[in-house]
Amino acid sequence: MSTVEQSSIDRGEDKRSRRWHILVFLLPALIVYTAVMILPLIETLRLSLFNVKDGQSVFVGLGNFNVLFGDPRWAASFWNALRNNFVFFLIHMLVQNPIGVALAALLSVPKLRFGAFYRTAMFLPTLLSFVIVGFIWKLILSPIWGVSPYLLDLVGLKSIFSPWLGKPSSALITVSLISVWQYIGIPMMLIYAAMLNIPDEVLEAAECDGVTGWSQFWKIKLPLILPAIGIISILTFVGNFNAFDLIYTVQGALAGPDGSTDILGTLLYRTFFGFQLQIGDRSMGATIATVMFLIILSGVCLYLFAIQRRMRRYQF
Amino acid sequence: MGSTTLKSLLMATSILATAGFAHAADTTLTIESWRTDDLAIWQEKLIPAFEAKNPGIKVKFAPTPPTEYDAALGARFDAGSAGDIITCRPFDKSLVQFQHGNLASLNDLPGMKNFSDVAKAAWTTDDGKDSFCVPMASVIHGFIYNKDAFEKLGISIPTTEAEFFAALDKIKKDGTYIPMAMGTKDLWEAATMGYQNIGPTYWKGEEGRAKLIKGEEKLTDADWVEPYKVLAKWKDYLGDGFEAQTYPDSQNLFTLGRAAIYPAGSWEIGLFNTQAQFKMGAFPPPVKNAGDACYISDHNDIGVGLNSKSAHPEESKKFLEWVASPEFAEIYANALPGFFSLNSTAVKMQDPLAQEFVSWREKCKPTIRSTYQILSRGTPNLENETWVESANVINGTDTPEAAAKKLQDGLDSWYKPGK
Repeated sequence: MSTVEQSSIDRGEDKRSRRWHILVFLLPALIVYTAVMILPLIETLRLSLFNVKDGQSVFVGLGNFNVLFGDPRWAASFWNALRNNFVFFLIHMLVQNPIGVALAALLSVPKLRFGAFYRTAMFLPTLLSFVIVGFIWKLILSPIWGVSPYLLDLVGLKSIFSPWLGKPSSALITVSLISVWQYIGIPMMLIYAAMLNIPDEVLEAAECDGVTGWSQFWKIKLPLILPAIGIISILTFVGNFNAFDLIYTVQGALAGPDGSTDILGTLLYRTFFGFQLQIGDRSMGATIATVMFLIILSGVCLYLFAIQRRMRRYQF
Repeated sequence: MGSTTLKSLLMATSILATAGFAHAADTTLTIESWRTDDLAIWQEKLIPAFEAKNPGIKVKFAPTPPTEYDAALGARFDAGSAGDIITCRPFDKSLVQFQHGNLASLNDLPGMKNFSDVAKAAWTTDDGKDSFCVPMASVIHGFIYNKDAFEKLGISIPTTEAEFFAALDKIKKDGTYIPMAMGTKDLWEAATMGYQNIGPTYWKGEEGRAKLIKGEEKLTDADWVEPYKVLAKWKDYLGDGFEAQTYPDSQNLFTLGRAAIYPAGSWEIGLFNTQAQFKMGAFPPPVKNAGDACYISDHNDIGVGLNSKSAHPEESKKFLEWVASPEFAEIYANALPGFFSLNSTAVKMQDPLAQEFVSWREKCKPTIRSTYQILSRGTPNLENETWVESANVINGTDTPEAAAKKLQDGLDSWYKPGK
């Protein structure tokens, strides 16, 4: 970045008139982004301040938010969805990212055979459509046709099988793990790339100092890939709080049983578009969308200002 | 911003689509529908039958996929480009269109007298003054059973609740078959095939439903809790892992001959006839004590109405009059076994299973699903809550009383009877 600026200053003469090209090159992307992201976002925020009364759209200020947090039923379903969403996120952080790091560490072992094959195989689910993922996992876990009861039976563990997707106590965890299975490729790839970036000299120097094996991982590699882990955490956070598709395909729009897999995305869908006899409520839907936006915004800000600034970076 | 663009796009496409017919010598009526599956039946059977009798009127069946129908139709109404004949969803979705003046009142259509009040209920204003769609078809709930299994185990058709559970016990004891094919994973099976299927027997059909709407009865009353108590007992007779059993799983379990009884809606008949390799029979929901009056859920599903801004109101009315005739009923009901005509004139049907279902109309009192009229207008939505609670009761997550209380509390939070 700094070198580019330097060279343009060096060339000097009348840089203001020549900077028009920046605008020209940005314009197409800016127009598309404004049309499909910024305007709908502003419209959503605006809609959350309005409601329909006697067939007329009227400004109600924070009235919709009052209903969402004040009405016991709205509040109950909102907090239920938010809590489930946090569990969903927590499982991703505790399972997906450590396993992703571990897989990346294994993949970057120099003597590993068939490395490219493993890499592709483990990244493949990420490329699959969530519809396919939802469908195959529903089949795998099906108590009637599924392979999981059969496989468990082979190793004598049939007794631990239960219809996980159908029980309020286990459904959310099961769906979270399916999602982890699908997206494990992303942290794996990012961390793998970060590990490849570690110069051999650093590792050789560590070996000369007698830091090898596990302690090399903890003391040399992990600190160097921390920025990548930070990025992955924030990607997971944004992705999880926007999640909807997998739950919808696996558990349906009512996110059963007993609302136990209902997250903000499915709650928003039901509220905004309606479901079966329920007629869509755009204003309340926009209100939930606004709250989701604020949650994600504050999460990202927290990361950017409180964590990323303090993260130590190493230059080679 | 988005909605205006969408509307103008839809307007543009629908104007383009209809422009081609504007100059034809004959009057062309366009039918709006979500029944894309029925395209062949309309084109090959129904429309030729109508056109043969009414020269000078051409009919075009133009369906939109079910998930897009409501939105697309709304946009076409706004743009003034909707077809002349509108296929009506039951209850509120059509009522809203009538209140907005998009559907014409059909009170003066002579054919409307061919239908009972229950049949017309789905397309009549709350005060009962205006009807705006000709009832076309309904679906009936009951139980389909595997005749071979019943013969093998020596079970006769259960007519009372006690006999029903005795039969289930016998099937369970034998162990060859899963007594009943139903899952709770998709939630609506429990509510629609369970609660709404057996419920009318306990809340006395229309009588209880009307009282519930008037506020004279509550969902926590014994008549409304009892179906949940019966439903809770079903748990022991469902297949292993029924909590994660989906609707297609249940259908397959039954048609593969692995389950003996299937709590059904009549729409299954067409599919089951092609898939099951064994003889099937059907029985209505068992009554509580022998000799009690029986009730069935005969739920209105499809109607047809008139676009109030149609350019050809006279021709359209001719068409609707024909839809209200026994002739239409016979062609339609036989083309789609399981979707029964609501016409008061009994229709001759070829399919034995469909005949069995429709024969219950003569001995039992029909009603519609309790949650559909008026009671699902607010938030929380009673129908959706009923799905969740019915599954909870069967899963054992909630007791029948707790489930009923949750439903009534939800209803009380927005519904004030008599308003």
